[in-house]
Amino acid sequence: MDQRPEIELRLTSDPMYLCGARELVGCIARRIGFDDIECSKIALAVDEAMSNIIRHGYDRAFDKPIWLGLSPLKPTSDSIGGIVITIEDEAKQVDPCNMKGRDLDDIKPGGLGVHIINEVMDEVRYEKRAPRGMRLVMIKNAMRPSESPRLSEKAPACKVTLNDRSPSRR
Amino acid sequence: MANPQSTYIAIERPEQGIVVLSPNSDIDMSRSPELRSVLRQEMSGDTHKVVIDLDDVEYMDSSGLATLVEAMRNAGSSNAKIVICNMSTKVSAIFEIARLDSFFSIVDSRDEAISL
Repeated sequence: MDQRPEIELRLTSDPMYLCGARELVGCIARRIGFDDIECSKIALAVDEAMSNIIRHGYDRAFDKPIWLGLSPLKPTSDSIGGIVITIEDEAKQVDPCNMKGRDLDDIKPGGLGVHIINEVMDEVRYEKRAPRGMRLVMIKNAMRPSESPRLSEKAPACKVTLNDRSPSRR
Repeated sequence: MANPQSTYIAIERPEQGIVVLSPNSDIDMSRSPELRSVLRQEMSGDTHKVVIDLDDVEYMDSSGLATLVEAMRNAGSSNAKIVICNMSTKVSAIFEIARLDSFFSIVDSRDEAISL
């Protein structure tokens, strides 16, 4: 994204604040036009992304920054709009190609977060921030055109972007 | 009967060997460790069935699912049974996304769960 999100929230990486992020995302998604179940799923995707940052990116350090950004997607001829969600951190960087969900046939605790994010959202893109941290951009269309493929089907499996646009506040 | 160690999960024993756990709010990364701890504690001894009543749970994330999967595995090794009841549509959605809806015993009501 070239522009800053219309809504930005900075949280520390304490799991007790996940509920606040979910409430905000669910509330905005509802105003954009998603139904209750879709709102809940979008909030779930955000929760999973932030939990992964806390658990894996920050190794459960509860005092690190996470930025949550939300912007509505303007309606087009085949969509009534949608929502763009950006989550940024200063955690250790990982190769976006390695951000894959695990095989669900192997039933075991853990490792479901990335699968859930990919399942819920229409587009998911991980980027390395410069000089540190990761950025996750997720898009959910309010009305998905039936013929529209998922991003993973129309683009390379991963995209590594080193973006040196660092907001002055960081 | 409330567990003095948990203000988040009510624990009842309606019959010998049956425990009903009722979390009173969302199950996310901040709450699932407590649920895991209570499940481990209550699945020891002569418990042969644990009912997890989700009537007051409007939201669950994958950490909650992981906790339940772990409990199912522990139950299997101790010949105990876990039954989930009163699941909302929103919570049910995450079980479906994770394709775990057929892995668990899920029923509509607490009475049904106890008698199953």
